Amino acid sequence: MTFIANHIKDMPRSGIRKFFDIVNEIEGAISLGVGEPDFETPWPVRERGIYTLEKKRTVYTSNAGLLELRQEISHYLDNKLGIKYNPKGEILITVGASEGIDLALRAVIEPGDEVLVVEPSYVSYKPCITMAGGVPVVIETKQENAFRLTPEELVEKITPKTKALILPYPNNPTGAIMEKSDLAAIEKVLKYRDILVISDEIYSELTYTDTPHASIASFESMRDKTIVLNGFSKAYAMTGWRLGYAAGPADIIDAMTKIHQYVIMCAPTVSQYAGIEALKSCDDAVVKMRKEYNMRRRVMRKGFLDMGLDCFEALGAFYLFPDISSTGLGSEEFAERLLMEEKVAVVPGTAFGSCGEGFIRCSYAYSIDEINTALERIARFVKHMKGE
Amino acid sequence: MEKDILEILEKDSRISVEKISVMLGVDEEEVAGCIKKMEDEGIICGYTILADWDKAEKDYVAAMIEVKVTPQRDSGYEEIARRIYKFDEVKSVYLMSGAYDFMVLMDGKDIKEISHFISSKLSTLDYVTGTATHFVLKKYKDYGIVMEKEEEEDERMKVSP
Repeated sequence: MTFIANHIKDMPRSGIRKFFDIVNEIEGAISLGVGEPDFETPWPVRERGIYTLEKKRTVYTSNAGLLELRQEISHYLDNKLGIKYNPKGEILITVGASEGIDLALRAVIEPGDEVLVVEPSYVSYKPCITMAGGVPVVIETKQENAFRLTPEELVEKITPKTKALILPYPNNPTGAIMEKSDLAAIEKVLKYRDILVISDEIYSELTYTDTPHASIASFESMRDKTIVLNGFSKAYAMTGWRLGYAAGPADIIDAMTKIHQYVIMCAPTVSQYAGIEALKSCDDAVVKMRKEYNMRRRVMRKGFLDMGLDCFEALGAFYLFPDISSTGLGSEEFAERLLMEEKVAVVPGTAFGSCGEGFIRCSYAYSIDEINTALERIARFVKHMKGE
Repeated sequence: MEKDILEILEKDSRISVEKISVMLGVDEEEVAGCIKKMEDEGIICGYTILADWDKAEKDYVAAMIEVKVTPQRDSGYEEIARRIYKFDEVKSVYLMSGAYDFMVLMDGKDIKEISHFISSKLSTLDYVTGTATHFVLKKYKDYGIVMEKEEEEDERMKVSP
């Protein structure tokens, strides 16, 4: 006899979690395994948090979140994406973008609805779809396309039951991005179809191209068929503050707000005030962090190429996704043996979907010195594996 | 690119041209050329280190001296500044706005040495009308670098999604 519901019992534990337990056993392991910035939250933001506590602003906010914060987000989205969202009704403040994923899915899924999940991708999409009663349908992206979603791959998986597509770019774990032209091809497929796009853009500030991040919501035909999810974790190094937001058409945001109201009430008040400060005064800090990430990205990629691993040029987030198949090892075996033999933790690509086989995720949210140390050890390991 | 290179060198002036070229994704020759150009143009004035002399020397004291002067008819402040900065003891000289004219930074082995310099060399210059000396008690941060770093642990979980 167990009290646990079957669909929860059957839900696999995150592959990352499994690996996390092993890593913690290894004394002195260094890691390229984290999915959060190594920078500190900019001081003005933290100071605003402290001030908020001093002023005893420690009560609930409205369900949708502080209006001032929603207004700032509205300006931000207009500036960055050229999309106008009404702060009253089209923007909802969430507990991280993670909550936004859950809310968006629960707001739209009817039992049996199919939701397309682009993989490799963040670990929580599939479980959230399942918990909402939907059926995840995986679209596997490929290294030869730089892990971008192609219109052909998309069309192939669309059925009459398809309700939504989760579009996770810039991508965790591959670091892939979708440029405006790539999105245009996807828009063509979706323009006359009733498929909602849940666009997880949490890494939007971290792209390393001449043109800034593009969102599918900025296409006129997609504006009202897209929920943009974003947050403060990656851009402002605010992971622990748990602050995100969703922007989209009023009816869906309203439905999401209803769920949010009953299960969460509101995002943390101190974090919301801090978020206002981030949007108001931290543009320079973001530019600085992006520049630093970009340097590390180049250093790390060169390191992998120099050790003879194929590594497509990832232009977003803070991950590289080197191809380790030439070592003859599978992703998990590679990650485990690398940890045992050289004490470096990386995440096997398979933690992000089965098409991640043959790859490992390496984060460059570390100092260049740390990256170089890790690269030296990985190079030694790869050389050993290749029998050179 | 000049600015990017300056920012990198400002953090670590010993870094190799090769490393800079990888970090910025440009050719080594281009980086080397750019650095040479900035040296020639005096944008890069020198390569130095940031020492914590408090730790290196038992007897060390630094001072900031406000100096009031009478500007000279033909040369304004320039000639006076030159007279002051030519002393080896003087580390920095800034022309300031506000209540005084020059800020002079210097260091020595003790207060006496610095006072002696001021009374014998600095305040005796014709056009110096007054000085006010501030001794540095402790340096917390200099040129963007915190002198006594707190041990900072990476508090992030070793692996996270």
